Amino acid sequence: MSKTEVDPATGEQTTGHEWNGIKELDNPVPRGVLIFVVVTHVFAILWWFLMPAFPLGWTYTRGLLGIDQRATVEQAISANQAERASWTSAIETSSFDQIQADESLMAVVKDTGPQLFGDNCGACHGFDASGRSNYPDLTDGDWLWGDGSAEAVAETMRVGINTSHPESRFAQMPAFGRDGMLASADVRTVARYVYSLSHPEFSTEENLESIAQGESLFAENCSGCHGAAALGDAETGTPNLTDAYWLYGGELDQIIESVHGGRAGHMPTWDERLTPVERKVLALYVHSLGGTTP
Amino acid sequence: MAGSLTGEERRTCLLILGVLALCALGIAVPGRWDPIGVHGLMVVLLCAGAAGYLLLRLNVPEPSPEELSGYYDAPIKVGVGLTMAWAIFGMFVGVWVAAQLAWPDLTFHQAWSSFGRLRPAHTTGVIFGFGGNALITTSYHVVQRTSRAPLADRVSPWFVLFGFNLFCLLAVTGYAMGLTQSKEYAEPEWYADIWLVIVWVTYFVLFLRTLARRKEPHIYVANWYYLAFIVVVAILHIVNNLAVPITLASAKSYTVWPGVQDAMVQWWYGHNAVAFFLTAGFLAMMYYYLPKRADRPIFSYRLSILSFWGITFFYMWAGSHHLHYTALPHWVQTLGMSFSVMLLVPSWASAGNALMTMRGAWHKLRDDATLRFMVVAAVFYGLSTFEGSFMAIRAVNSLSHYTDWTVGHVHAGALGWVALITFGSLYTLVPSVWKRQSMYSNALVELHFWLALSGTLIYIFAMWNSGVIQGLMWRTYTENNALAYSFVDSLVAMYPYYIARTVGGFLFLLGAIVGSINIWLTVRRSPASQAAPGVYDRPHDLDPTPNAAE
Repeated sequence: MSKTEVDPATGEQTTGHEWNGIKELDNPVPRGVLIFVVVTHVFAILWWFLMPAFPLGWTYTRGLLGIDQRATVEQAISANQAERASWTSAIETSSFDQIQADESLMAVVKDTGPQLFGDNCGACHGFDASGRSNYPDLTDGDWLWGDGSAEAVAETMRVGINTSHPESRFAQMPAFGRDGMLASADVRTVARYVYSLSHPEFSTEENLESIAQGESLFAENCSGCHGAAALGDAETGTPNLTDAYWLYGGELDQIIESVHGGRAGHMPTWDERLTPVERKVLALYVHSLGGTTP
Repeated sequence: MAGSLTGEERRTCLLILGVLALCALGIAVPGRWDPIGVHGLMVVLLCAGAAGYLLLRLNVPEPSPEELSGYYDAPIKVGVGLTMAWAIFGMFVGVWVAAQLAWPDLTFHQAWSSFGRLRPAHTTGVIFGFGGNALITTSYHVVQRTSRAPLADRVSPWFVLFGFNLFCLLAVTGYAMGLTQSKEYAEPEWYADIWLVIVWVTYFVLFLRTLARRKEPHIYVANWYYLAFIVVVAILHIVNNLAVPITLASAKSYTVWPGVQDAMVQWWYGHNAVAFFLTAGFLAMMYYYLPKRADRPIFSYRLSILSFWGITFFYMWAGSHHLHYTALPHWVQTLGMSFSVMLLVPSWASAGNALMTMRGAWHKLRDDATLRFMVVAAVFYGLSTFEGSFMAIRAVNSLSHYTDWTVGHVHAGALGWVALITFGSLYTLVPSVWKRQSMYSNALVELHFWLALSGTLIYIFAMWNSGVIQGLMWRTYTENNALAYSFVDSLVAMYPYYIARTVGGFLFLLGAIVGSINIWLTVRRSPASQAAPGVYDRPHDLDPTPNAAE
């Protein structure tokens, strides 16, 4: 068994070992492999001298280059901040009107706004800001809170809606049906009235009586917030019920659902998650999407 | 299966099943309001099923003395079936999760089919289910042939094989119920981990006892690698899974490792799982089945020694390259990177040793797809270990980390290396163990080879493109020093590559199905081998003393 022999195909010597017919050649490790071993080891040893590398109890070898990843990151961040300061300080100190009047600052808003919006707002409002069911469209000119000015948008972002922020905007539509404030039939009646406000064709001869009943129910229960003419109030976040914009849907059954179960949407506060400059850029970007005039 | 055991061995199996069922009952009853109760009940039922199977066969004739003194191949045959079953399951789930990334609605709104639960089912299915069964199965085959000794006993091979598969089953069904330790590749909870320790120690003892009975003076290289795989996986598994369950009646546990130490232990585990599960064991396959199939001697014994000790020593240090630019201290990252660079030489030496072994047999590649599987696997092994060392360099890692490049790299290794060497080995092992002239259809082996190769290439090219684009998009700034793209912009750019990746994975799955059919037909239909039994076809048990050949 332990007899070395010559491999006929290569003329090389075997080791004499054999396992189930498998033999081994007694070739030396090729010179290229050894050179490669030396090169990688020399690199590694050099690197250990240059960089932080080995632990020494409570400390470690710092390396001849004195490089430390924390310091590197801090330097990179402050270098970037220094370069951004050319526009961040202008945006921070200027009023919204001043920024909007400044073409170069508005170019920065157009350049950086979409990425900020995509990373922070798009998941709910859609990446083109056109909203979807239960999440407002920011391009349509209909605003629940404020007049759509950049200031108002910035304030909504700062405090959020129905959040734990101490200055949060707060608006809640009670659950009239579920909480027993209105009987089931009355929920339907008042909803028919509300529906008729935005759908004049609904006020047919046969519907007139129930719509009139709904109107009186509306005056008793709803007008306190939505106003006698149901025009809403952007100061309290109360929607206008006479227009074509519906956050939770404007079909009759959707209105019934809103009156029955109530509504309390949530917009997060970005007070701590984004810097004032980022919120300003975002507000101006959202404002620039065209949703300014109803 | 039962017919290969003596009556006494069958009773031992029944006893083990009884003890296991009692332990499972001890978990199922107090844990009945917890997912652990489901697992307890599952194990009780599986034990009852297995015991029923054995009880019905208590009177089946015992094996002849001739059979009892020969190699013990029955667990290998079952292991081949389990390997291919897990391959199809794991790869199917892989294609599914790949498709979910392109079309997220493919969860069908079920909790169990969400990406977060299916993805570990894919990784566990292919790494542990497919890879693990392939390793156990081939190790039983290789250690007997290269030691010229039968397995040390006839009960523990079954205990290891079925015990390991029970672990995989607990893992995958646990994910479906939402159970996870949130440690990548170590997701199963504490009780499954304890069970694996028992199984693994049994495996270690079985392997050592078989080696100790060898009738060859030297231990073959393949067995060094199998042993390294078994020993190190035990160490990794135990250390990384040290955890305290909240009660013995709950599946939930908390790891004993805090903060960044937990991350370090996890990636020391994770990287060495790649090293000792997905590399060492498969190198063992390469060292046996490739020279066997090529009918050539290993190029260099000394190169084998260099690469074996290089791989086992350097891999142990390299795990921290998974944590570049994190809270892990800089000096640990330096060590991870430098050891990864030094690791390249022994890795390449293994691949080179395999390719140089082909000298004088290259012409066989034209017609022998089985050999081609293994040679291409060695090439992919060389490529992906180079890529791994390259990506471990901090500056490169700053681009590649957290991108699909990592996913592409893993699959260059997993598909190109691990799976191809396994298929090549199985196509060599199956006709030999079932004593068939050849595989049922060489055309199907050929078809499998091209499906697997094209699937792998499509997959890794898609992920390279995707990963580099992602990495660049995340670090591109506008002239105002603001990020040029939002995260979602990078997702939109990934979309075509995610589709391509799904196609690549699907081709690979198709190949595995073709392979399974071919193996099935080989077992059922291929004509029996006419060759007279050779000197190696039986262990030399008649020799009075161990190591008599010395």
